[in-house]
Formats: sequence, structure tokens, C-alpha cells
Amino acid sequence: MTQPKRLYTIIAFTENRIGLLNRITIIFTRRHINIESLTTSECEVDGVHRFTITVRTTEERAVKVVKQIEKLIEVIKASLHTEEDTMYQELALFKIDAHKIAADGSFTAFLSTLKKYNAEIQSSEKDYIIVQKIGRRVEIFMLLDALKEYHVLEFAKSGRVAMTRSAMDLDGYLHEVEQRSLIPDTLSTN
Amino acid sequence: MSAPATQSANKQKTPPQAQPRTITGAEAVIAALVEEGVDLIYGYPGGAIMPIYDALYDYQDRVKHVLVRHEQGAVHAAQGYARVTGRVGVCFATSGPGATNLITGIADAQIDSTPLVCITGQVASHLLGTDAFQETDVMGISMPVTKWNYQITKASDIPAAIAKAFYIAKSGRPGPVLLDITKDAQFNKLEYEYEPCTGIRSYNPVPKARPDDIEAAAKLINGAKKPFILVGHGVLLSGAQEEFKTFVEKTGIPAASTLLGLSAFPANHPLNVGYLGMHGNYGPNVKTNQADVIIAVGMRFDDRVTGNLSLYAKQAKIVHIEIDPSEIGKCVKADVAINADAKEALTLLTSRVTANAHPSWLQEFHDCDAIELEKVIKKDFALPENSIKMANVVQRISDKTKGEAIVVTDVGQHQMVVSRYYKFIGTDTNVTSGGLGTMGFALPAAIGAKMGQPDKEVVAVIGDGGFQMTLQELGTIFQEQTAVKIVLLNNNFLGMVRQWQQLFFDRRYSFVELKNPNFIKIADGFGITARKVEHPSELDAAIDEMLAHTGPYFLEVVVEKEENVFPMVPTGASVADIRLE
Repeated sequence: MTQPKRLYTIIAFTENRIGLLNRITIIFTRRHINIESLTTSECEVDGVHRFTITVRTTEERAVKVVKQIEKLIEVIKASLHTEEDTMYQELALFKIDAHKIAADGSFTAFLSTLKKYNAEIQSSEKDYIIVQKIGRRVEIFMLLDALKEYHVLEFAKSGRVAMTRSAMDLDGYLHEVEQRSLIPDTLSTN
Repeated sequence: MSAPATQSANKQKTPPQAQPRTITGAEAVIAALVEEGVDLIYGYPGGAIMPIYDALYDYQDRVKHVLVRHEQGAVHAAQGYARVTGRVGVCFATSGPGATNLITGIADAQIDSTPLVCITGQVASHLLGTDAFQETDVMGISMPVTKWNYQITKASDIPAAIAKAFYIAKSGRPGPVLLDITKDAQFNKLEYEYEPCTGIRSYNPVPKARPDDIEAAAKLINGAKKPFILVGHGVLLSGAQEEFKTFVEKTGIPAASTLLGLSAFPANHPLNVGYLGMHGNYGPNVKTNQADVIIAVGMRFDDRVTGNLSLYAKQAKIVHIEIDPSEIGKCVKADVAINADAKEALTLLTSRVTANAHPSWLQEFHDCDAIELEKVIKKDFALPENSIKMANVVQRISDKTKGEAIVVTDVGQHQMVVSRYYKFIGTDTNVTSGGLGTMGFALPAAIGAKMGQPDKEVVAVIGDGGFQMTLQELGTIFQEQTAVKIVLLNNNFLGMVRQWQQLFFDRRYSFVELKNPNFIKIADGFGITARKVEHPSELDAAIDEMLAHTGPYFLEVVVEKEENVFPMVPTGASVADIRLE
């Protein structure tokens, strides 16, 4: 029964509720599954939030976890996606030591590294340069490696923002639900 | 649960609110409960819930409040009430320790799918997160053990939150809901109007059966040579006892019950082959691994039923009828899953299956029964001259109540003996803590069961360990004069743990022997008629006296110190390797 562990993306559409993040994360905690990344945001439907969660686990466990998430009262829909089924981006910011680049006289090499990795300078200050890179996780980490020689003062990376290749018609689903004359939740959200 | 009066039916007695009226949040809580048909609340007051108790004072003609002796008693009593009525059990507790004392019962209700609405007081909203007196994060604590919880900080949210709480608690797979209401929300005023909740867009409690699944299941069942039905709590929760019986009788398939499924299908039915699981009957366990098609109805393949999962029913095709999609494929992969309410699924399935009988397959179960009778049951029912065996007590209660009493059990050996030897004839009469295994459950749950079904005999069978976990509820029984019959099976041991220590830990009896108090004096102190039986010759008369008594009655039966419960599927073993001794 030991299936290989793979990276899965779970997408959940939810009501916007205090505590829902906690409700979702304890599903993972209870099963000793580490969350690799987690992003929440608004989505195309007013009042509905989108959770994008990546986990490294077996398919069997991932499927069960998605069912547990969907079981939560305030989760509208949850789905499981493989890497092949997902288009995603992550955003990384790097703070680079400007004095080191100046001292080494390596600004040209630095710029060509950024070009090579399709990264850009977001702001340039007296003491540091902020570099921004949007891409896949592996590209971001390759850039991090390449920038180490310029002295990375800080590095921060977002979770995954993902879209699936397969159709996911949330609006249609909600429309169908509303045909059953179920009203949206009216309780206070704060 | 034969056609219990539903709360919505009750509700119609209350005239609809003509106009919004301005009332306090606290009064809105009580008024909303009345709208939901609540006429019984178990609770314990305290600082943060005082406004609600003050409002309750004016509603005593419509709502009965039972003052328990500990909040755990309140939640278990609400569970007992919910289990025998199918209605939502309601309990009140204050913030902090009051709320945390509810948690065990809430967790129990969650795992045993029991509809509850628990209302806790909370410190005023401006004090949230300040470690104020009796503040605890009950939202965080209860989150993993509730079907839903919600903190109300605005009086105006109270009616909608209560409506939603009741809808969630009782719809689909039932479960406990906790509402945490800050003190300012209780004090503040609102324009009160009540609208019951009829749906939530993010929640689909009762999925409809898909015709393809019904067809596929019927095909498997019609072609089966050795089919076997497992009946669970879902049949009771769905009120599908009749539909289940019709299905079993048409297909002629032997059926065995899970712990919580007991009393869904009469014990004396010719196709009822007994009880499943760790201490279940021999036949149902070994035949699980010989059946070609297993039809599981409203059950969740708990480890106490399956034993070692990797050795469980590998030869069988599994048809799983289950309302909760997260249970499908959770433990056992279904070849055909019918994700629907048991009543709907069974009705559809019955219309698609061919009438059949399986006499030689059924005979195989009876052959197993003969082995179990010889190796286990005869020993359990031996009549030693100077000591009493648990099975004899349970069998006599079973006979004398004709299997029609509501039997409430705690957790341990006595629970397994009741499950094996009480012949449940009456429907929905088995109240026990199954999933969580909560010692201390039975005494308060019996209070709720008796109040929910006052015309039925309610017998609580409890061990000496579990009884001492919640015995303070004798005070509640005394105050309310609740006519429960309490049977204490006293072996001066934590018997089940002792049994395991004997079998698997080399008889190293580590902290399982109890030096017990004089239970008769305790019962007497609470004003409850009590009798102690030590000799087999007194047993019959004592049980007769107990059952004839009109009020609460406490019967202590001193039983053999070191009896073991068999058969037994040891942890990690296959159901096929169930031990008979």
C-alpha cells in the first residue's frame, strides 16, 4: 500500500469565514501531512475565497484529505490536481547587498544573471537591490543559488498561485446551487 | 427512532412572530430554541452565560432546564436524549472550564454522529484574546470535534446562527454544533425575527443516489452466491429500519450489526446473524472473509469492525451505502459506492434486486453459532454456585424486558457483554459510546434517554470504573426523580484493561484494581433506592424488584473478578483469526 509521494495541488473554494483556515490546516496536522505552501485569495466570484495548497504525499492520502476538506460546512468545492494538470507561478523577492556588487565590480555579471533567469530589479537603493522573480519553484531556487555570490541579504517566496488545465466552472456550480434556492450565508464575517 | 416527533413538527405549535420585536440577545437565544421546538436543555450556569440563564427564567413554562452536576453530564445527557428521539440535544455551559468540560461529550457526539447544539457563554468581545477570567479559546478547542462551530459577537447574528446550527446538526450525517456567545452579544438588543435555515450553499447534506450506482450494486447482489450485509448506525439515523428489513427479506441475505447498528434490525429475525467486530460473534467475523459480496449500509468500517485492514474481506466485492462521501473509500475501497441516505438507497435497491434465498450460506453462519455456543457462550452462562457472571445478569434483563428496554452502556467488558447478550428487539434502543469509547457516558446518557422516551424502560448497565467517572449525576437523577434503572456490574477491576494485560502483557496488572466505596451508601446518600446482590440466588428477585420500582433504582451486582470477554479479534489480527478462548 505504499504509493509514491508526489507533489499535489489542492484547490478549495470557500466562504470567507474566520477560522476556516484553521479548520483546513488541522485536517493536515491530524494526519501528519506537512503543507508545502498555502495561498488564499479572493476569486472570480464575490465573497468566495480560493485556497491553493500544495502537499507532498501519496495519491491515496491526498484524495482522502480533499474529501475531508470538502466535508467542512463552509467549503464549497475542493479538488485535487497533479503537477501535469496545473499551471502555476510563485513570486520571489531577493534583497542583494549593493555594497558587495560595487566592491566586486560585478554589476554587469549580476545583470546578465538576472537576464538569464528572467528576473528583474524591482527597486534599487543605496545599500541593497531588490530582485523580483516570477516562476516555478525550481527556477526560483536556481536563481537563489546563482545570486549567492552577490550576497543575498533576504529571500522571500510566496506560495503557489495555480490554475488547472481541466475546466473548473465555479460560477456555474454556484449558479446550480442557487437554483436549488439556497441562499448565501448572511452571518457576520467579523 | 420509530417516527420520532420531529422538531419542525413541534415548531408548528408556536405561532409565527407577527412583528420584529426588540429583545436582548439572551432572550433571542431562548426564543430561537423555542422556535426550533426545544423543550429540554441540560446545563450548568456560570458567569459568562448568566444573561441567557436570566432570560430562561421567564421561559420555564415552555422550556425545561435540567441542572446537571458537571458539564460533561450535560452533554452526555443531551446525547442520550438525541440518540433515542432523533431530535437535537441541547446543552448550556459557561465559558472557560464550563466549555472545556463539554469537549469529551462533543467529541463523542462527533464520532457517533449525534445531533447536538451546545451553547457556551464567552467573555465580552472586547476581552477576547486577553486571557480574561474564564476565557478559553473554545472555538479553537472544539474545531476538530464539531460538525460546525461559530462564535457570536453580535446580538443581531443570534437568530440566524441558531437556525443554521440546528440545520447543520440534524441534516445529512448528524453531528454536534457549538455556538459560543460573547456576554455583550447576550446583553445587547436586536430586532428579533426568526427564519429557520433550509439550506446552505456550501453544504450538500443529502446526496442523491445515482441510478448507475444502484444498477451496479443490484447486479453484484443478484449475482452473489455468498452475500453478507453489514448494518450500521446510518440505518437508525435515516429511520430506514423498515426499508432495511424489506431489503434483507427480499434478498434473503444474512445481516450482522456493528456496535451502533444494534437495534436497527431485530435480534430475533431469522436473517440476523449477530454482532460484528472485535468482541462480536464468531460467524459474522469469519464469514466476512468468505463472503463474495459485502453490502455495508450506513457504517464506516471502523477498525473495531475490520481488524487488520490489509486482511479484511479481500475476496469480496464491496457495496458501500453511505451518506458521508468522506467515509467512502476511507478504510475499505468500495467496488460500488452509493453515496446517499440509507432510506433512499435501500428503497431504490430493493426495487432492482431479485427475490432470493441463501439457505446453505445461512447454514454456514449457524454452524459457526454452534461452535461459539460450545466454546464461548456455555462458559459465559455457566451458573457457578457462589459467583455471578456478567452474561447471566444481562440475559435476565434482556428476558425480563423482552428486549424492548432502552439499554444504555458505558465502555468496557460490560458493554461488550450487553452487545453480545442483550437481544435488542425494540428499535433504536441501544445507546452506547461507540467510536470514542467514553467511560462515564452511560449514567448521564441514561438520564437523557429516559427524558427523551419517558414511557420506555431505560436500563443503564455500567462498570465500576466508568460509574465513578460521572457518579455525581446521581444528584441530577435525585433532583429530577428520573426513573432510570442503574445496574452496576462490579468486579473491582477496570475489566477490559485487565483482560488485555492478562492476554497481551503477561498478566502484569498495572493499576487496574479498584478499591471501591460502598456504592449502596452512595446511592442512599442521593436518595436512590439501592440493592446489592452478591449471590446468584438473589439475582432474579433483585432484577424483578428493580424493574417493578417506579422511580430511579440502583442495583449493584458483584460479578466474577476475572472474567474475560470472548470471542476476540486481537489488535492487528484478521477477523478470520478471531479467538474463541
